Amino acid sequence: MSPIISVQQLNKTYDSGFQALKDVNLEIRRGEIFALLGPNGAGKTTLISVICGIVNPTAGTVLADGHDIVRDFRAARSTIGLVPQELSTDAFETVWATVTFSRGLFGKPKNPAYVEKVLRDLSLWDKRKEKIIALSGGMKRRVMIAKALAHEPRILFLDEPTAGVDVELRRDMWEMVRGLRENGVTIILTTHYIEEAEEMADRVGVINRGEIVLVENKHTLMEKLGRKELRLQLSEPLSAVPESLAPMSLTLSADGHELVYSFDARHEHGDIAGLLRRLGELGIEFRDLRTRESSLEEIFVDLVHNGTPGGTDTPQPAAGDSQ
Amino acid sequence: MNLHAIRAIYLFEMARTWRTLMQSIASPVISTSLYFVVFGSAIGSRMVEIDGISYGAFIIPGLIMLMLLNESISNASFGIYMPKFSGTIYEVLSAPVSYVEVVLGYVGAAASKSIILGLLILATSRLFVDFGIEHPFAMLFFLVLTAVTFSLFGFIIGIWADGFEKLQIIPMMIVTPLTFLGGTFYSVNMLPPFWQTVTLFNPVVYLISGFRWSFYGVADVNVAVSLGMTVMFMLLCLATIWWIFKTGYRLKS
Repeated sequence: MSPIISVQQLNKTYDSGFQALKDVNLEIRRGEIFALLGPNGAGKTTLISVICGIVNPTAGTVLADGHDIVRDFRAARSTIGLVPQELSTDAFETVWATVTFSRGLFGKPKNPAYVEKVLRDLSLWDKRKEKIIALSGGMKRRVMIAKALAHEPRILFLDEPTAGVDVELRRDMWEMVRGLRENGVTIILTTHYIEEAEEMADRVGVINRGEIVLVENKHTLMEKLGRKELRLQLSEPLSAVPESLAPMSLTLSADGHELVYSFDARHEHGDIAGLLRRLGELGIEFRDLRTRESSLEEIFVDLVHNGTPGGTDTPQPAAGDSQ
Repeated sequence: MNLHAIRAIYLFEMARTWRTLMQSIASPVISTSLYFVVFGSAIGSRMVEIDGISYGAFIIPGLIMLMLLNESISNASFGIYMPKFSGTIYEVLSAPVSYVEVVLGYVGAAASKSIILGLLILATSRLFVDFGIEHPFAMLFFLVLTAVTFSLFGFIIGIWADGFEKLQIIPMMIVTPLTFLGGTFYSVNMLPPFWQTVTLFNPVVYLISGFRWSFYGVADVNVAVSLGMTVMFMLLCLATIWWIFKTGYRLKS
């Protein structure tokens, strides 16, 4: 199946000389939730803005559902909905008017039944007659989403969708995004909240300094690049890690009650069986054990700051993934 | 052609007018009426006729033109500046609309408001001064042409402006003085020869002269020249707007 978005050799250099995007290649699959991660200034918003037509590219091509965003901009833009990072709304318009306006702007005839459905899905129906200025920040965010969905897009960009919203609303948003995906909408979201990507995304892309550092299936990424820990609560404290266990990557807590075995998740389960056998041989007993995986956040920090995911030294692919 | 988009922008802009009825409609009608009261009825009754027309009637085309220019510029510049200021311009830029459709929506709405206002002031002036219109269709043509042309000009100002102050600079510092010095309250022929020549460099002279001709059949300059100058200015505005959208000047990074 052809990708719904195809970005080829995309470059963007601003008038100031700052190169925001460097030879970006990226393919988004139909019907997936794709999370684009990156620190501030990495190029996330510029990439989205170019695809949506808000920023002119310096070089490269972008196809949205097979349509070139420059040559065939009408068809390309008709397929895309955008929820920008900033809460940019017409303060004195009513919710109903602004959503209806968005539908018309994207070339769709009036369809009050569809607008009603969007507003109901976003719990905005009761607020339809209210002016946007009177809404809370969370409600305004919902209005932005309603506007983006008003023309029935097949691709939805969510630029930091849950920035500044409370936990409950964030959960609601996640549910809504999943619901959209079930209806066949492809979702691309940028976020600072790693748990958001971890919770929702099918695939994760990491951008840093204008370059796509990695694109990977979320689970594969965590399995391949994450680190795991086995934490053993010892029955009796140890003063030091026994010498015979020195070759294994073990650390002992300050009070001597916890032994931590860290291993690369790519190596299946490390040598847990070997460790437990050796502990038995040494007469070291434990009363509890638990394992913990690296979070996406830790992987992301490693990628961005150390250039090596999960502390490994393996160069990562710039685009595409192993699936 | 994305007709739904043009309609959406147009209705959205017009809705703003109806929402701010006092500011958009009542205020310019009242302020122009004050000119009629002061210059038309009070002072005008003591003034001599100009070109055989009573002073009160003589100033009507000029006053309508004064309001028309200011309102066209103000409506159009504000209409496109506000989305830039509030950030909602992202939606227009990311929509499947061409610049022609954007201009038709915004400029069409701004010009519509000005034309409605022009007709309202024309009707109001009849309460204060007795006058006739010799060429009503030509009058309407000049009214529409001027409203569209100066709405285009206002659209350019709205894109160029990066602050509220700049929105006001050109209407306040250039357009209003040119209108006052363009024959609103006097005939150019009343000036000394040197200043008559200088006045011909003022483009507003041609607008007022052509408009006044449609009312009374008398003009300071040939009506064809008035029409030609107005059309030329409109083409200049269209060319500037084409360049703005081609380059993304102050719209796109």
